[in-house]
This record gives sequence, C-alpha cells and structure tokens, in this order.
Amino acid sequence: MSSMRASGTARVVLVTGVSRPLGARVATALQADPGIERVIGVDTVPPTTTLGRTEFVRVDIRTPSIAKVIASAEVDTVVHLNLVTSSTGARAPMKEINVIGTMQLLAACQRSPHMRKLVVRSSAAVYGSSPRDPAVFTEDDEPVEAPSSGYAKDAVEVEGYVRGLMRRRSDLTVSLLRFANFIGLGVDSPLTRYFRMPVVLTVLGFDPRLQFVHLDDGVEVLRRMAVEEHPGTYNVAGDGVLLLSQAIRRAGRPTLALPAQAVATIGDMGRRFAGWSGYSAELQRWLTYGRVLDTSKLAAELTWRPKYSTEAAFADYVLAERPDGDPPLTVIDRLADVVGGIRR
Amino acid sequence: MNAGRPNSDGERDADIIPISAGEHHRAGTGRRGHAFGRDGPGATGAGTGAGGGAAEDRTEPAHDGHGPIERELAAGLRFLRRRLVGDYEVDEFGFDPEFAETFLFPLARTLYRHWFRVEMAGLEHLPDKGAALIVANHSGTLPIDAVMLQTGIHDHADRILRLLGADLVYQVPFLGHLSRKSGHTLAHPADTARLLAKGELVGVFPEGFKGVGKPFRERYHLQRFGRGGFVASALRGQVPIIPCAIVGAEEIYPKIADLRPLARLLGFPYFPITPTFPWLGPLGLVPLPSKWIIQFGEPVPMSDYEPDAADDALTVFNLTDQIRETIQHMLYDVLLRRGSAFSR
Repeated sequence: MSSMRASGTARVVLVTGVSRPLGARVATALQADPGIERVIGVDTVPPTTTLGRTEFVRVDIRTPSIAKVIASAEVDTVVHLNLVTSSTGARAPMKEINVIGTMQLLAACQRSPHMRKLVVRSSAAVYGSSPRDPAVFTEDDEPVEAPSSGYAKDAVEVEGYVRGLMRRRSDLTVSLLRFANFIGLGVDSPLTRYFRMPVVLTVLGFDPRLQFVHLDDGVEVLRRMAVEEHPGTYNVAGDGVLLLSQAIRRAGRPTLALPAQAVATIGDMGRRFAGWSGYSAELQRWLTYGRVLDTSKLAAELTWRPKYSTEAAFADYVLAERPDGDPPLTVIDRLADVVGGIRR
Repeated sequence: MNAGRPNSDGERDADIIPISAGEHHRAGTGRRGHAFGRDGPGATGAGTGAGGGAAEDRTEPAHDGHGPIERELAAGLRFLRRRLVGDYEVDEFGFDPEFAETFLFPLARTLYRHWFRVEMAGLEHLPDKGAALIVANHSGTLPIDAVMLQTGIHDHADRILRLLGADLVYQVPFLGHLSRKSGHTLAHPADTARLLAKGELVGVFPEGFKGVGKPFRERYHLQRFGRGGFVASALRGQVPIIPCAIVGAEEIYPKIADLRPLARLLGFPYFPITPTFPWLGPLGLVPLPSKWIIQFGEPVPMSDYEPDAADDALTVFNLTDQIRETIQHMLYDVLLRRGSAFSR
C-alpha cells in the first residue's frame, strides 16, 4: 500500500499536544503544505512558540469539548501526539491525559463523518524490555513481558483503543507509529533528564543497546503519514545502535554503576524527594536490558531512511549539550603529542 | 580444502615448536604491545580478518622516524581514546568487533593454544561465506567450550561464530553484556532467523544447561536436544546444519556434586562441586588442562526439504534425532582418537 496523496485527504488537520516541541514542529511542517487548508492545534496549555497559521484552540482532550472542535471544523485528519512520556508531576494526571484523553479523542473521531485519517504517536516502550526479548523487535512481535507501569503501559492501552476504533471505523486510514526515544534540540524526556543527572547511575553489569530518533526525522515521518496514505503500524528509529556505555562516554558524563536494587532505591528516593522526574521503573528496565527496533517496514513503505542514524542523532544532542571536550581526553591527547605518534 | 586456510596440522606444527612460540611472546610485549596484535605463530596464516582498529594499527607505515615502542604507545593511546569516547561500533545484536579482537580472542587464544592444546579437524566442512548452523555438544560446568569453539573458528576459518545463549545468560550481570559484545545473542527463533538471513555462521548448543551442567559420570553422553528449535530454524532459513563434537571440555571442571539449595538461593542453574572447587577457593576456578579436539562433521543439507517442513513436528524430531546421533558417534570416535584426557 503506498504513497500517492489521494484527492481530498488532509484538508483540515488537527494536531494534539501542539504546545510541546514535537507537536509544534509537526504543526509547522503541516502548515507549510499548501494543500492543507487549516491546521488546528490543541493542547491544555498555550504554546510557547508562535505557530504561524496554525489555529490554536485551548481544549482539554480529556473532555467531550474536543468532539465539538472536530465536528465544527470538519476535521478530516487527526495527528495525535499527546502521549506524555515524561510527566514533571505526579503519575495520575499523566495517565489521565494519555489514556482518558485518547479515549475522548477517539470517541470524537468515531462520531465525525468527515474523519478520514488518524496518525497516532505511540512508543517503542510497548515492547517492554526483558532479558528474554529478541535482539530486534519487528512490528508483529508481542512483548515478552508486557509493560506493567508508567507511560509504557499507557501506550499499550492507547494502542488498544486505536485498534478498537479501527474495527468500528474500517474506512479510516490509521497509522500507528512506535517511536524510539526522541533526541534533538529542545527535547525534554526522561532520557535527556537522565543524562543531565550530576552523576549518571547505571546498572552494574549491564550495558543495554539503545536507539534514538532525531526530532527532525520524527517530524518528517509524522508529516508524511498525515499527508500520504500509509495505513499500518511502524517502528521509527535511527539506524544502528549505541550501547549505554558508549552514549555516556560520548556525552562525557561521569557515571556510577550500582547493583540493580540500589539503582532502584536511589532512583525512587530521587523521584520522591529530589524531583528526579526522569526516573521510573520502566526507564530502569530499559537501561538494564535495552531495546532495538527493526525499521525496515517503514523504510520500505516510505522509500525513505532517517537522516540521522542513532549515532548521529546522539552526536547532535551531545553537541548542543557540551560544545567543548572533556578533561580525560585532553590528557590523552597531550600524552599522544609527547609520544608524537599520532600523525593523523 | 580451501587454500589459505590452515588446517589442524598447521596448528599442530605451531604447537610443537614451543621455543619459537615463547620467543614470539616475549618479543611481542616489546615489539607490538601484545594486546594489539595477534600473538603467536600461525596468526599471520590464520587470515587477516582482524576487523576494526587492530588491523589498522598494525599496517601503520613505519616511516615517521619514531621507534617501535613509541608507535606502539601511540597506537595504544589511540585505542584508549577510542574506547574512552565510545568511538566504536556495535551491531544490532551488540557485537563489538574491536572488543573481540583486542580482548576476547587474545585471552582465549592463550588458553586455546597452551592450556587446552586444542586441535580442530574437519574445517573443510565450514563454508567460506554464507550462513550455516553449527550444532555442538555442550559441557564443562562453565561454558568455556563456547569461547574455544568461537576462537578456533575465528583463527582457522576466519569467520565470526555467532553463538546462541540461554536466556539466563542475559539475566546475569556482566555475563549478558559480555556475551553480546562477543557476538552472541539469545537463542530465540527471531534472532536465529535474522542472523542466518544476514549470512552469518551461527552456533548453538541444543543441550543448553542440561549439557554444560551434567555430572562428570555422564560425560560425553548427549542430553536431550531441546525441542528441536534449531532444526526448525535451519529448515526455515534453508541453511545446512554442521554437526560438531567437542572433546576435552568435560574434564576441565569435573562436577562431582551439586549444591542445589545454594544454587536456588543464588539464582544459578546449579552450584558445582569439583575436586578443586570450592575447596581451593579462587584457585579452584582454574580449569584442568585437558587435551581438546574439536571435530566438524559432514554438513546436513536442508535443501531436500521445503521451508514449511519446519512446521511438521515429525520431520523436525527425526532430523533432531539424526543430528544428535551423528554428534554422539563423532564424540566416541574422537574420544578414541584422543586417548588419555591429559595427554600432550
């Protein structure tokens, strides 16, 4: 099933979560498309950046008022980016937004006769992380140990509701995207907060394989899903993998490796008392066992590869965080100069 | 027999010139910093498959007016720098070729040559390139046979054996990530299929922990061959199965008893008691220097069957039995050939 834009699709696009970096970027990309008449952005808080010709509507998608917006504007395409992966506050409101918000939104979509297409941002976290996982997940793989907490569980539930809508509205084109961890300018996620810890805690004896997706690539995938026809579920990640140890060394961060139980205890204490909102049990599982996605289905469908590999995406992040080198390396470089052997 | 691939005789020749081998070792520390080159005779003949930095460093032109020690030091610093900044690549399974070439194989090679005096026979049955599934017996209380098999195939056939490990391996701190860095992955049908599709040489020990942890009195008696998953994988991938008999590993840690309660407490599959462990403390971890022979047998082609035969349980069972019988016979033959376990 492939690509050409069917006539009459994506006339009025609604983007949820538009006040966060991903939503704002996607809205900006969509409004640049002359074929799209209106881009409507919704969120519970006002946007921090200017959105151009995107019309901002402050609406809580947890309430039925989202249905009014969809019906009155005759929205035909919904790009649902509201999955909150990193709540700064408590867990309960985050779950509300993720699960109840999606239910309300999907209920509105089901009712609206103008609806033609739904693009949903999900997360690779739905695959979980366990020592019994296959090395690489394809879209058809079921999690070996289903996520039991946090946003990973929310993402599983969101996907369940999306599948429910697909059964009831088989005329809709539904694209479900499982993103690896976003990284890039302006991205604030549990991961970026984790890397900003004064000392990066790692689980002793484990060095997981990680994958990242650059914000630019994520925006491009979402844009193409919104304006073209690509029904199905797709993994999205930069090519290649990085080990956690490599990532930390590339970021030049000091680390402390502790047994799993100690990391869990400290992380939990940090979350409760020191405001480490990045830490969660599912983050720790990911930082213990890692996860790698097979992205060949997306590459074949879009005949496109991400501009940033996992490595390049991370390098871009490091460059933004830490423009200068770090001390241990200068020592080595100095030594190498003394030896005089490095002539490259 | 393929040209340019030394056979077991070449290896034996190398072994009966201990003086030159020793010399090479001593010279090696000064001349090239033994961690960065393959030491010992036969290394040059064993193919130039040294991937990553190891090969680069050695082909450094010697015209910069610096002494060999400085050059070595510079190469060492370069290597250290690369590792410190995380500037190396791993594949999607976590295989780190530089780690394998620089740490794993040199260390294992010392054991391989001088401690176990391993001989490899039947190397002509291994393909030069393309996928195949090597099926071997498993023994020795600790899975040292896996590392020896991988090292031998690397040195003599110039191929990286991608071994399949039990899920327990990936739960244990250090073991899991060392195993991935060495090119192993979980014995999961998806991982096997993925490796075979990439044309890799895959190795499996279908006996699993039942084999490696069996008591000494059952030595060289093959245990049940799992559920035949390896046959199904070979059928689906249409790759030949190469039977392999490893003789010698049974005697390295003769397990005369098993402390089950302690094993359960520590989460190990067994807690071995050997003549030296735990009586001699850490010294008990030194393996006994048995004489090893690794024999490869005639490949069993899967092209006579349809890939669908993987779903026919009876075909899978019959093939599993056939391969088990073949390896059992090979074991008896090689045992006779070897004679005493601690012969030269």
